[in-house]
Amino acid sequence: MNMKRFLLLLLVLALALPLTACQPSSDSADAPAPASGGVVNVFNWEDYIDPAVIELFEEQTGITVNYMCFTTVEDMIVQVEANPGAFDVCFPSDYIIERMKNKGMLSEINFANIPNADPANPETCQTDPYLLKPDYDPDNKYSVPYMWGTVGVLYNVEMMEKLVPEFDPENTSWSILWDERLMSNVIMMDSIRDSMGVTLKYLGYSANSTVIPELFAARDKLIEQKKLGVVKAYQVDETKDKMAAGEAAMAVMWSGDALYAIDKAGDDVELGYFIPVEGSNVWCDAAVIPTTAKNKENAEKFINFLCDPEIAALNWNYIWYSSPNMGAIELIEAGSEELELEAYEYREDTALYPTEEIKNKCEFFRDIPENYLSVYEALWMDLKNTK
Amino acid sequence: MISNVSLPWWAWAAMGVGLVVFIAMIAMTIKRNRGMHRSLFASPYTLWMIIFTVVPVILISYYAFTDANGHFTLDNFKNFWDSHYEANKVIAAEGKRLGVDYSQYIVRGTVNWDTLVYSLWMAFQCTVICLLLGYPAALFMADRKMKLGSTLVVLFIIPMWMNFLLRTVAWMSLLEDSGLINSLLKSLGFEGVQLMYTSNTVLLGMVYNYLPFMVFPIYTVLNKMDFRLSEAAADLGCNSFQTLYKVTVPLSVPGIVSGITMVFMPSVTTFFIPRVLGGGYTMMFGDLIESKFLTEGNWNAGSALSLLMMLLILVSLSILRKVDPNGEGGGLA
Amino acid sequence: MMKLLKKCYLGLIMVFLYIPIVVLIIQSFNAGESRANWEGFSFRWYIELLQDERILNALYVTVSIAVIAMIVSTILGTLAAIGIHAMRKRPQAMMMTLTNLPNTMPDIVTGISLMLLVLFTKVERGYVTMLLAHITFDTPYVILSVLPKLKQMNRHTYEAALDLGATPVYALFHVIIPQCKQGIITGAMLAFTLSLDDFTISYFTTSPLVQNLSTLIYSATRTGIDPTLNALSALMFVALLVLLLIVNRRTAEDK
Repeated sequence: MNMKRFLLLLLVLALALPLTACQPSSDSADAPAPASGGVVNVFNWEDYIDPAVIELFEEQTGITVNYMCFTTVEDMIVQVEANPGAFDVCFPSDYIIERMKNKGMLSEINFANIPNADPANPETCQTDPYLLKPDYDPDNKYSVPYMWGTVGVLYNVEMMEKLVPEFDPENTSWSILWDERLMSNVIMMDSIRDSMGVTLKYLGYSANSTVIPELFAARDKLIEQKKLGVVKAYQVDETKDKMAAGEAAMAVMWSGDALYAIDKAGDDVELGYFIPVEGSNVWCDAAVIPTTAKNKENAEKFINFLCDPEIAALNWNYIWYSSPNMGAIELIEAGSEELELEAYEYREDTALYPTEEIKNKCEFFRDIPENYLSVYEALWMDLKNTK
Repeated sequence: MISNVSLPWWAWAAMGVGLVVFIAMIAMTIKRNRGMHRSLFASPYTLWMIIFTVVPVILISYYAFTDANGHFTLDNFKNFWDSHYEANKVIAAEGKRLGVDYSQYIVRGTVNWDTLVYSLWMAFQCTVICLLLGYPAALFMADRKMKLGSTLVVLFIIPMWMNFLLRTVAWMSLLEDSGLINSLLKSLGFEGVQLMYTSNTVLLGMVYNYLPFMVFPIYTVLNKMDFRLSEAAADLGCNSFQTLYKVTVPLSVPGIVSGITMVFMPSVTTFFIPRVLGGGYTMMFGDLIESKFLTEGNWNAGSALSLLMMLLILVSLSILRKVDPNGEGGGLA
Repeated sequence: MMKLLKKCYLGLIMVFLYIPIVVLIIQSFNAGESRANWEGFSFRWYIELLQDERILNALYVTVSIAVIAMIVSTILGTLAAIGIHAMRKRPQAMMMTLTNLPNTMPDIVTGISLMLLVLFTKVERGYVTMLLAHITFDTPYVILSVLPKLKQMNRHTYEAALDLGATPVYALFHVIIPQCKQGIITGAMLAFTLSLDDFTISYFTTSPLVQNLSTLIYSATRTGIDPTLNALSALMFVALLVLLLIVNRRTAEDK
């Protein structure tokens, strides 16, 4: 057969098809901003905003949104450092905010431009008081909460009934993850801080511990779990798919992912979410403005827009993570035809809205000093090395 | 850490000298041959490789031998031997500060070494399986009587046109507990088996992805081989097995060596396959390097690991080169 | 009998190679989102695919980079292979080490080292840097496929051509290249395929503004692989098959 002709044809087709199919949007992103309202460069987690929100913002303000995504916070830091000026708003998690702040990467937010989340102005501020003055940003200077949640356990109701009949989600310890009846049925998080964090909590220590014997105890506990054969896999991103497909009985997960999995599983697989009695980790993704941002005012306009109760409710209905916006929560509970929002008993759902009791037992991750982090990393590698 | 990258002046000077030497060598070749010589065809490529391969390798080496502040250090290599090296310093300091005896916590971490050995073992198995599966395939494809050759080459390439990540994920939907194979087994009345998250699953994924790289080079060599040689062997009384063993295989050694190179190298350092099919249960060296760079953000330690990896592979390459002395410098092709 | 056995063996290998692809294609017609459960036949994901601008952009980036990288690296690599072949022992060994260097480096190291280079030179990461990176890792593979052909070639044909009055360039195009045509084609296809398939190196050499399919899919693993991506792969696959059939038929007619 004539390979040359085959290749040529291929070339022509390959070139012609996509050229006619679409214009690369990257051009529009690189192009100078339209004179009207300028641009804002947003850097967020993958699939973490309702596209309609962006459209509404562009319509109302005339500002063009360049929306970019990252998959891990570590990657986000690298990107922000490597491309100064490319991003105006980022959405890192709590302890990363602390790290970025300590590295001098964050600029102070001018809350006068963000009345919807201005802690100094309680009348207009929509932010859940629980998330004000958080440990990672005690003066509320650098960050505006976007979404938050907890780390807990997602379980498969049917499988748990079969494997551990006495299981009661209201009153269960982290020790359930060490139960031999769950042989090869637990998915742990492939993430140093999260896995060490819940194990430290299980042992009754702080999830931010820097006490050497505590850290070694946590490592030994994790190694014990791996050797028991309880763990099916160490994963992060794939877990929600796996749980929705009924692949495992239990998985340590972020509440948002858990709700996503519960929703995705639908009627096929019944899933539930609980926080063990020892308490857990609570996390918050918040909007920050890097010092290198070129469009700070537009960034603040964008953040303020996100904190508008209607917008936040709309966005919540797309993402299903816990919203820090009290106005939005009231809207969700009342329901709204205009927003095509069905009424939902938000504050009854403990996965979305943990009770005070749970909240008191949970703590935020803090940025652990670099030298102690090397201890965490060394211990985590020991776990990985266990065969 | 990477926002303020800068090299010392002597590094720039060295690069400048390198460029001058390169130009001088071209000029000398032209002079010696009184004009154009065929070897000059390689000069655009040489320049390209110097800029995009040699210089980056120098950058990596620079990182491997310096600490976060750019000072010379060998700590990154000590870290390789003892993954607890940094941690032990912290633990000792902490013990001293608190006046407690922490000596029980000061141990050597063997993860890097163990992972290296494990990766080499996995890559070795993968290469052997690919060779055993791929050699007969290449042999049959090159069989003139079958008239299938080039069509089959294309058929081997086509699966690779589907994205590598997606293909690996597709294996997952076959092998999962609720996947196709297990559903089939269950509907036939058998017990389900756990197929995912074992080292054999990872091996399967690797063989699947790298098999074509073994087949192509062998096929290329066999296809060009003079088949009259094997006919002559048959005429002289060799049975088909003897012909294969005494004539065909020795003649295809360059292809085999090339195939081994193309399979072994990427399989030592793969990181997506063990993550998806191995469930993060065991690590390969690629995972290790990736986590050093991306999760821990420790570029210096990551560079040291990469440098060691490269060194190791260069050593194995030179061993392979001995197997194929006829290939001379180009024994890998 | 032997012939049948051989065909069976090749058939089995093909089954092994194509099983996941068949699964991918079947999944792309699943009405539901789940990987495991069949919820009926539908074109839902194909319709969503055509409306998904991000995927179409990524497709454009992927294919155009693969094509350009293939052309450049085939030219660069073929010339280099001819040059290397003509070298004396020592420089030849040096060049082969250089050629094998990118293959010996783990992808992730190649990617990171190239990113470092880009950062040093203060070039903005994006389409161009990704393209340069792809050419860099494609070219050695072209050389590795062309060189064996050159070695099997009779060394004296080229010299004979020169003695008969051909210029080196004429001899190149009329003697050397036709003889190693198959190696060049294999190399080009290999380059195209590798470029299409690459994830790690692209990931480090591009900015989040310019995504190719691999980096897009990698991001998608966070939210669960979207069947639209399966649909896209299925379409690409079918397009290639149809193309192959057409070419096959035409060549058959030519004969």
